[in-house]
Amino acid sequence: MTTTVHAWLIDDSPSSRLQARLGRAWRITGVLTRNPLAVVGAAIILVLILTAIFAPLIATHDPLKQDLTQRLLAPGAAHWMGTDELGRDIWSRVVFGARITLVIVAMVAVLAAPAGLIIGAVAGYFGGWTDRILMGITDVFLSMPKLILALALVAALGPGIENAIIAIAITSWPGYARIARAETLTFKNSEFIAAIRLQGASALRVILGHVLPLCTSSMIVRVTLDMAGIILTAAGLGFIGLGAQPPLPEWGAMIARGRSFILDQWWVATMPGFAIIIVSLGFCFLGDGLRDVLDPKSGEQH
Amino acid sequence: MTALSLKNLDISYGDSHITHGVSLDIAEGESFALVGESGSGKSTILKAIAGLAPEWTGQITAFGKSRSHGIDRHFARLCQMVFQDPYGSLHPRKTIDATLSEPLAIHGIGNQNERVEAVMASVGLDRKFRFRFPHQLSGGQRQRVAIARALMLEPKILLLDEPTSALDVSVQAEILNLLKRLRREQNLTFLMVTHNLPVVSFLCDRLAVMRHGRIVEIADVADLRQGALKEPYSRELMEISATHAA
Amino acid sequence: MSTPLLEVDNLRVTFPTARGDIDVVRGVSFTLGRERLGIVGESGSGKSMTGRSILKLIRAPGIVSADRLTFDGIDLLAQSEKQMRAIRGARISMVMQDPKFSLNPVMTIGEQIAEALLTHQRLPRREVGERVKAMLESVRIDDPERVAKLYPHEVSGGMGQRVMIAMMLIPEPDLLIADEPTSALDVSVQAQVLDIIDELVKRKGMGLIFISHDLNLVSSYCDRILVMNTGRVVEECEAGELRNATHPYTRGLLAAIPRLDENRDELPVLDRSVWANS
Repeated sequence: MTTTVHAWLIDDSPSSRLQARLGRAWRITGVLTRNPLAVVGAAIILVLILTAIFAPLIATHDPLKQDLTQRLLAPGAAHWMGTDELGRDIWSRVVFGARITLVIVAMVAVLAAPAGLIIGAVAGYFGGWTDRILMGITDVFLSMPKLILALALVAALGPGIENAIIAIAITSWPGYARIARAETLTFKNSEFIAAIRLQGASALRVILGHVLPLCTSSMIVRVTLDMAGIILTAAGLGFIGLGAQPPLPEWGAMIARGRSFILDQWWVATMPGFAIIIVSLGFCFLGDGLRDVLDPKSGEQH
Repeated sequence: MTALSLKNLDISYGDSHITHGVSLDIAEGESFALVGESGSGKSTILKAIAGLAPEWTGQITAFGKSRSHGIDRHFARLCQMVFQDPYGSLHPRKTIDATLSEPLAIHGIGNQNERVEAVMASVGLDRKFRFRFPHQLSGGQRQRVAIARALMLEPKILLLDEPTSALDVSVQAEILNLLKRLRREQNLTFLMVTHNLPVVSFLCDRLAVMRHGRIVEIADVADLRQGALKEPYSRELMEISATHAA
Repeated sequence: MSTPLLEVDNLRVTFPTARGDIDVVRGVSFTLGRERLGIVGESGSGKSMTGRSILKLIRAPGIVSADRLTFDGIDLLAQSEKQMRAIRGARISMVMQDPKFSLNPVMTIGEQIAEALLTHQRLPRREVGERVKAMLESVRIDDPERVAKLYPHEVSGGMGQRVMIAMMLIPEPDLLIADEPTSALDVSVQAQVLDIIDELVKRKGMGLIFISHDLNLVSSYCDRILVMNTGRVVEECEAGELRNATHPYTRGLLAAIPRLDENRDELPVLDRSVWANS
């Protein structure tokens, strides 16, 4: 980065809101990169994203192409991760599976997090009956075990990856609503909220402009940490056959298929298993690092 | 003309009855202090006038017009508040510019750029602070921003809730001077809550001493300066203040 | 005066940060006998850090150094953490600003005071109860048995602070460091709490370091005053001589405080450039 851009970013007296915001983002990134685990986590996620984008270039074979003469081959030069029971190259399937994983994780985050955030913030800000009703609904969803609820929804909607995403999203939003509400309650009675209300701001303006920005830090951390769980839930659904349907190379479904020959041909189940572990760890490390940076309780001023 | 008039104000908060029959009149351009210890109800009166404590009976009138119980957009242009804690009264994620422009945006007032610059200049804040975040400012600077924010809508009445008690002595002097100057320049009416009697001597014309939600005495600050308050409780507060000052 | 209770010579406290080292205390020196010393300064002056460094409460990455830091002949700098624990509470105690934050919210008051006592002595249970009751009475709490069963949030600020004082004085230390002990309290309660500290300090012949931002308060309760600014001591004088202070910062501070019989149109504002380099 050139020195002038750098100087512009760390300027003590920014001359526009954009400069101030970019400067702040820059400072946060700087603190984050000083945490080695967070960097590892970010690297893993970056690899995941790149793998998903450049899958056709990285895969060595067509992930869906069967070749029954090449069944259950051990990892070797021709097939880096071996082949499965239908002769499909596992490496290519894992690589293309990254796309599916990424789509699941992104869609759940996009569906569940904003919904939970808004419901929680509204409940926290208004209090009273609004709070009771909204939190009552939230509690109903929270009281059910996530996997069971997802199972029930997918069973009702029918198997398939889209329905799996919807089911997981529906089980995730209550957690976010609770967090957003808790955050909102901590500053609902603070003087800066009182000040903006005194200036005649409508509830919409206060919630959108003042409450939500303060909830986003903890939301980002929570969503990132949750992604590991979402991957595992999706894998669990795929494992049972209720998530992605064959022949899609979803990692959980691959493990399910490989289960029957795990003792002799261990690679069929374990390769996608490694992928799940590594990606989950990546999200955990990154989420932890983000929490250290963004958590207001640690005393810093970001 | 009477800027602010309270008649028989009884404020409650849930089950507690905070003030009892508070009545007072403040003339336009006057600087009035509400003095008392914590629990006396003085801050609650400010909140009720502002609309933040809606459970009250009685009457609150500003420039002849009676006031409703909750927050009122029109009232916001007449009367604004400066809060006590410079560390809690500014939104931590908004630049100073955003904080100062927002009241203008809410009320559809144009010329935002010029107005923000003008108000910043009048409270003695250098332009370089405009796009900083609150944590990059000192306590005194933040309090100036809080005062600037209150002045953005050009109110006639300023409610001041212990505006300098969280500040260092040297900074307090600067802010008190600023408040005095602004009042003179803009003919503002002040209603200030404080427990610090010398600050009242410096900044105010009249004061009311409160205890347990009731007004004990209303007096001229000239009497305070000469140590001539009448009620025993007022005299007690005065004496503590005097010995405090060695 | 025989050996001074506390000798501090060239105390420095530094915090390394990403932007270089920040010196919060720069070469503070003073001695303390069995008297009351006030350390006054505004925020950022280093007064609280000075108090904490005596008790070695400053954690890494903060670095504390001094030419001498001796308490009753003991070299505090050479003491290990374990040895400091034996000194803290037993020989040097500290009362802090807000009892809301310094009292444990999930223990009753009686339990906390007992804990303070038992940390340094072994006593049979009944005697502990008696000592707790006696200590609560000495801080003028009228109903000690009832108060001992209460939780901190159930008592007022003034009472909480008195409990804090009871806790800190029950092991009968030689030196009490009070860091803004009355700043969070109402004016009328302040006087009460200060009187209690005063009485206990005199009765037990303790040394007192009173840290505050309130120049007038300190001058009425202490024998000697140190005025600190940006990590240095800029003035040292007898409390009664405060009016005749010589340093421009002290004089500026005294002039900037409004008076009850105030008639100035404008308060004099500190011109910091005058002593910035002194």
